[in-house]
Amino acid sequence: MENKIEIHNMNLHYGDFHALHDINLDIKENEITAFIGPSGCGKSTLLRSLNRMNDLVENCRITGDIMLDGQDIYKNCDVNLLRRRVGMVFQKPNPFPMSIYDNIAYGPRTHGIKSRVQLDEIVETSLKRAAIWEETKDNLKKSALSMSGGQQQRICIARALAADPEVLLMDEPTSALDPISTAKIEDLVLELKKDYTIVMVTHNMQQATRVSDTTAFFLLGDMIEVDDTEKLFSMPSDKRTEDYITGRFG
Amino acid sequence: MTREAVSAAKPAVRVQAKTGKVHGAASAAVLKGLVYGAAMLTFAVLLFLLGYILVTGIPHLKPSLFQWNYTSENVSMMPAILTTVETTALALLLAVPLGLFTAVYLNEYAKRGNKLVNVIRITTETLSGIPSIVYGLFGMLFFVTRLHWGYSLLAGAMTLAIMILPLIMRTAEEALMAVPDSYREGSFGLGAGRLRTIFRIVLPAAGPGILSGVILGIGRIVGETAALIFTAGTMAQIPGLFQSGRTLAIHMYVLSGEALHMNEANATAVVLLLVVLLMNTLSALAAKKLTKK
Amino acid sequence: MKNFRENLMHMVFFLCALTSIFAVVLICIFLFANGVPAMKEIGLLDFLTGAKWKPGNDIYGILPMILGSLYITAGAIVIGVPIGLLTAVFMAFYCPKKLYGLLKPCTELLAGIPSIVYGFFGMVIIVPAVRAVAGVFGADISGSSILAASILLGIMILPTIIGVSEAALRAVPMSYYEGAVAMGARHERAIFTVMVPAAKSGVLAGIVLGIGRAIGETMAVIMVAGNQPRLTGSMLKGIRTMTANIVLEMGYATGLHREALIATGVVLFVFILLINLAFSVLKRRKEA
Repeated sequence: MENKIEIHNMNLHYGDFHALHDINLDIKENEITAFIGPSGCGKSTLLRSLNRMNDLVENCRITGDIMLDGQDIYKNCDVNLLRRRVGMVFQKPNPFPMSIYDNIAYGPRTHGIKSRVQLDEIVETSLKRAAIWEETKDNLKKSALSMSGGQQQRICIARALAADPEVLLMDEPTSALDPISTAKIEDLVLELKKDYTIVMVTHNMQQATRVSDTTAFFLLGDMIEVDDTEKLFSMPSDKRTEDYITGRFG
Repeated sequence: MTREAVSAAKPAVRVQAKTGKVHGAASAAVLKGLVYGAAMLTFAVLLFLLGYILVTGIPHLKPSLFQWNYTSENVSMMPAILTTVETTALALLLAVPLGLFTAVYLNEYAKRGNKLVNVIRITTETLSGIPSIVYGLFGMLFFVTRLHWGYSLLAGAMTLAIMILPLIMRTAEEALMAVPDSYREGSFGLGAGRLRTIFRIVLPAAGPGILSGVILGIGRIVGETAALIFTAGTMAQIPGLFQSGRTLAIHMYVLSGEALHMNEANATAVVLLLVVLLMNTLSALAAKKLTKK
Repeated sequence: MKNFRENLMHMVFFLCALTSIFAVVLICIFLFANGVPAMKEIGLLDFLTGAKWKPGNDIYGILPMILGSLYITAGAIVIGVPIGLLTAVFMAFYCPKKLYGLLKPCTELLAGIPSIVYGFFGMVIIVPAVRAVAGVFGADISGSSILAASILLGIMILPTIIGVSEAALRAVPMSYYEGAVAMGARHERAIFTVMVPAAKSGVLAGIVLGIGRAIGETMAVIMVAGNQPRLTGSMLKGIRTMTANIVLEMGYATGLHREALIATGVVLFVFILLINLAFSVLKRRKEA
């Protein structure tokens, strides 16, 4: 597998706070990479650096390189184009207060698609891919906010897919959901890996073992270890990783 | 799956994403221009208004405008200034306790969801939406005519008191709500009664917020005209309780109706503006003191 | 003894709380009791739809004044709402923090300037400006006009529109903004297609509040609107509002004339009550 994203010697500061130390990590194409670690370890921060959402945070400074297909995303790169290629699903479902249809069509419309026929098609495909078509096809005009939490999250995934990204960043996408919705999303993520490179932050180690191919473990702003998921969870090479996955802290 | 296979699946759009320009640059630039343009216009108008009134008015602020007695020669604003102070003091004397006690009742005594509380809120909202001319009409019909007070300082002040009541009430209530419940619990826990808790703990803590609302109320009284014309009248003298008197704003209205006295009207505008500026600053300072605590 | 004091003060607080109810009832009674008889005597329909206001001949039709209030208010909305809303967007999403600390008090100052000062400014700046611009196009007018009043009131409602809209925009969760930006939407697109629509009912409430301010404004309007009680559709002609009608003639009116003026106040009051109602409905919808 090729590397989709390569992170070299990356450091991140919030003002005086050194939040990420010297991160080096390769993310392979069409794989699911999971970031695990206790709260405040920097895993979400790293995720949000991959589509430059940290640009929105004042006083956030990043050094080092993050390459997407060999191109540095912090140099000579249009941030809006980048975010189109690197989509994101948030921890709390955040559908816009508009109809389901308009939610899904938001990305394509943003990128200049106006034809109704084309939009209809994109909406249908995206909802199907996010496994929410059956539940929504009869009321696409309904407000997205009227759906349940799990449905909202799948709508948000569909919305991200409709913008046609290559990479999908997921920031604890199931932490606000019940077990049944969580299982649905996990199945969906496994399905999506065929077409997308997926990076997922999760609090839930079972989830990481169930879905991811590669897992990276973070602690206090350091990346301690990265390996095949199976290997990392069975034979961690670092003591701290072992302590964490066996539940000794965090 | 290799990258070729993925791109082959959906070639057109993805290639465009890698090489193309971002859509909508022009409309974004236009919107940004409109936003900045509107903001600049808003603040330019304010600056121009302030600048114009001050620059053209200050040269006309002559000592003769501040003589104790008004004559048609000196058109002194001194009686108007004193009338304004009297009116403000009288109106506050009624409005502040009423507004404050209402806020205390709503916040410290009334139970949530109480029907009466809802009615009080709705009527307060209604009061705050009523234009000053309607207050003026009411004051004329009730205080001036019905109670036979005639055009008088008292009628004007009472009308204004009702007018600023919702403002005092709302700001006081917000200030009371901002006082943490732990203060109250602490006081109750020491065996203090409700009254003692309110007057010794809650009201002092909410003081700056209440004060900030009172100062805003002063600003409104000083600037008011329509509610005063037919209640306090327009006599240029220092009035007793049951005599007619004109506040600064009324003084300015009367002067600007006479082409002869435009300069004096302009000078009065300067004094009015300075008072309002001062009140706004004081109110902001009081509010800031509240948030610091 | 202590208990007695507690109960007494409880009673005092309670009675004070009833003042606002008492005030509204009193205002309603006195306005309606003094205004309604005149409406009856003139005939409600003749009063509301009569096109002529000639107190000398006992002809009292306030249609020109109703339309005058509506025209000028509409003009103020057309001018004030776009500028105010865009300024609110600036304050909420564009303004650097340091500048905000300076500009926010400015909008509050704009709200605090007395209407008489606005009126004076309109009289010496806006009216001559309208006259001069119209003169360039060959129209010889005084300048006191619907247009001048609309511009002035447009400025006067700015702080209301800005304040309420900005609060509504700030109340929209930032996660909506993040969601839009994460799909590659620009700052502007995220704001105008997601944030502003999400703040819709709050912004509408601000506009309704602005309408209330504009329709009730008195002194500033008198100084720039010309005050002729006539029917006109021309922006450049003078007109009289309901508020102006009351202030201009109340000083010397007697008998039915005086009552007709109070009745004008009643009509204005009803307008305001309807606007208040619309406002509270919108506010409740926002909270729901």
